Amino acid sequence: MTPPAIALTGISKRFGPVQANRDVSLSVAAGSIHGIVGENGAGKSTLMSILYGFYEADAGEIAVAGRPCVIRTPADAIALGIGMVHQHFMLVETLSVVENVVLGAEGGAWLSGGVKRARAELSRLSEAYGLAIDPDAIVGDLSVGLQQRVEILKALYRGAQILILDEPTAVLTPPEADQLFALLRALREQGKTVILITHKLREIMAVTDRVSVMRRGEMVAHLATAETSPPEIAEAMVGRRVLLRVETEARPRGAKVLEAVGLDMVDARGVALLSGIDLTLHEGEIVGIAGVAGNGQSELLEVLAGLAQPSRGVVRLNGQVLTSADRNPARLRKLGLMHVPEDRLRTGLVTAFPAAENAILGYQDDAELGPGPFLSPSTISARARETFAAYDVRPPDPALKTAKFSGGNQQKIVLAREIERAPKVLLVGQPTRGVDIGAIEAIHRRLIALRDSGVAILLVSVELEEVMALSDRILAMSGGRITGERMAGDADERDLGLLMAGVTGEAA
Amino acid sequence: MSAAPVDLPRWADTALVPLVSVAAALAVSGLVVLGIGESPLEATALLLRGALGSAEGIGFTLYYTTNFIFTGLAVAVAFHAGLFNIGGEGQATIAGIFAALACLWLAPLPGLLLVPLAILAAAAGGALYGFIPGWLQATRGSHVVITTIMFNFLAATLTVYLLVEVIGKPGSMQPETPEFAAHAVLTPMHRLLAPLGITLPATPLNSAFLLALAALVAVWALIFRSRLGYAIRTVGANPRAAAYAGISPARITMVAMAISGALAGGLAVNEVMGVQHRLLLDFTAGYGFVGIAVALMGRGHPVGVALAALLFGVLYQGGAELSFDKPSITRDMVVVIGGVIILFAGALDGLFRRAVAALLLMRGR
Repeated sequence: MTPPAIALTGISKRFGPVQANRDVSLSVAAGSIHGIVGENGAGKSTLMSILYGFYEADAGEIAVAGRPCVIRTPADAIALGIGMVHQHFMLVETLSVVENVVLGAEGGAWLSGGVKRARAELSRLSEAYGLAIDPDAIVGDLSVGLQQRVEILKALYRGAQILILDEPTAVLTPPEADQLFALLRALREQGKTVILITHKLREIMAVTDRVSVMRRGEMVAHLATAETSPPEIAEAMVGRRVLLRVETEARPRGAKVLEAVGLDMVDARGVALLSGIDLTLHEGEIVGIAGVAGNGQSELLEVLAGLAQPSRGVVRLNGQVLTSADRNPARLRKLGLMHVPEDRLRTGLVTAFPAAENAILGYQDDAELGPGPFLSPSTISARARETFAAYDVRPPDPALKTAKFSGGNQQKIVLAREIERAPKVLLVGQPTRGVDIGAIEAIHRRLIALRDSGVAILLVSVELEEVMALSDRILAMSGGRITGERMAGDADERDLGLLMAGVTGEAA
Repeated sequence: MSAAPVDLPRWADTALVPLVSVAAALAVSGLVVLGIGESPLEATALLLRGALGSAEGIGFTLYYTTNFIFTGLAVAVAFHAGLFNIGGEGQATIAGIFAALACLWLAPLPGLLLVPLAILAAAAGGALYGFIPGWLQATRGSHVVITTIMFNFLAATLTVYLLVEVIGKPGSMQPETPEFAAHAVLTPMHRLLAPLGITLPATPLNSAFLLALAALVAVWALIFRSRLGYAIRTVGANPRAAAYAGISPARITMVAMAISGALAGGLAVNEVMGVQHRLLLDFTAGYGFVGIAVALMGRGHPVGVALAALLFGVLYQGGAELSFDKPSITRDMVVVIGGVIILFAGALDGLFRRAVAALLLMRGR
């Protein structure tokens, strides 16, 4: 019997007070596709970083193809035939495909020899796996799906027998993801071993042979994919049965609150980011925007929130046309339009501040926060303590640095801040990105309750499941356009997937 | 791979790490002193005695400290907005011109009115000269580090022109203004305290020191207690979040640079109105640059700035005494010691953070 491609035994890793991995063991059979699932922060990435030599484990052993070994740097890992495709590609966009492939493996002071060898090897690999890719294309011009293939080629070129993919589908359209899965299967046919890190159960079911589940730094289950089911995996991930869907009931919708007509947006290079967006939001409804990341949803949110200016188009709030003077975040907040931004760490919070100071971000000019030009620390911290208790922010410590809260609790701080001020319209971007399942439920319930109280909510999320679970009405976006609209009851995943990929028309 | 950020408790961050840095700098300086054949212990004793051993020494030390408080605060305020203002010299120079013009032109006014007006003029001059680079960065994207450096030279050149051609003392070859009227200058500390029965030797220490103490409190209130300070800190820590919060990073850049320049103007108040009683060339004497080290060492907090300013005050005064007593330790040696401190406390600030964090962690277990 062939030894397992990877055998990890008793791996532990601690970062300060956080035990990221506790006595983790994992065996990956050679020539298989092995999924690793877990909530954010469950320790998947740490484990793979240890395997790839970014971190060294405090304890435990690694054996590759049956031989015990020590991996101190990524170079060690590459020498052992381990390749990694990161979630954020490590490519030089201005270089060609072949130049990217030889990067770091140039083989001498002169480029031409290495490039020649790489070109020959590339065409061999492309043939072997059916990868249609032009070696001279500039990487920056390629679609995200093709860039990912370059990453995979890079790893294969370095002789990878074992390929680790970290959340590979996060940036892909459903058809691109299917192509990736086909590629992974082809790699398996050729005897390569694939480790797939994800938190999407659908992908695990679609492509893996076995799946390992992590929770809070520990390995809690090893399952054969054919013998398990999504609910079983989900339960193992969370440790209890979860409601994957929040119960919502259809309600009659109220008056129009926010209306956008013919919004266009063009970036500095003249590329259209938004084209002809028409959008209406009524009191007491959640409108979800479904789309693959990077198809204009972020720009739409920024334009509506006053953070970016459209090149054309009109926005009406409560029937009033917003002038350019109205279109700034401070003024819009006064008019009742609040915004939970997509990227809470870069936009929604100042992570270096104590939590209480983040609880007033955007409201720093409110009169009740202090006398005249001053802010009263006691008022701010008392208010924060109150809202943290109401929104179950843990720990409920207003003086704690915001960076030290978990993703879910940071998101609760942002949500609490925006919801507390009684919005009429709430723009919400990626409300549960990087948030664990327990907090997801709480956040979803908040949004539903807010809708039931009559607030108009625009929800942007790359999690189709989330959009479908919460929305009363769903708009699909692709390439900066709205490609279709479905009522929640009529929408199904396949249909929306096609709209998100830009396939419109009655056939869909 | 980027190193993980080192988190330290506040007291360690603001006090322990700078202390360790200073100790290391003194150790290295000691080696240099040893290298030229003098005893480091004796030199240290001489330095401390010179700075703190007599009322006169303390007076001089606090006079230097006054300069460092102003320039340190100037750098610190800009720093909170994410700006690196290294134009303290130029801003103080322009402030000096404004103060001198006020003192000379408004001389008919009574002192009670003239002195506050001249101080305001100094602040306005510094603010204007800080605002311009801020405005250039906010609207044109010209980086303040580059512009403030160039503005230092412009201010120096302008002073030469004015002193030679416009407001110079008539009939004098010295590039300086006539001396201000007696009621247009700040009261020396020994005269200020004399009515209270406290007799002090005559030193350059003057009432600008009290202004510096007030500035420390005012900057603390501005940065940590006011809405504007909140906006400044938000822009400095995360400009994207600031824009999201409806705070204009461009506006804050200009405002913070103006406040920073006004604080640098305090240097002119102390030197021009408090000590020299006239405007002369190069009165800024590098205090503006040392302010960068003071702000870095004080970690941008007014308490830290006060302590760092005092340290540099001691070094300046004690160093002068030391080179007087020990001719082999020249004035240049003292500059070297100051430089080593700047190197350790400013440029190599991160050097000891990791070690201190590891030590604290061990003790905590």
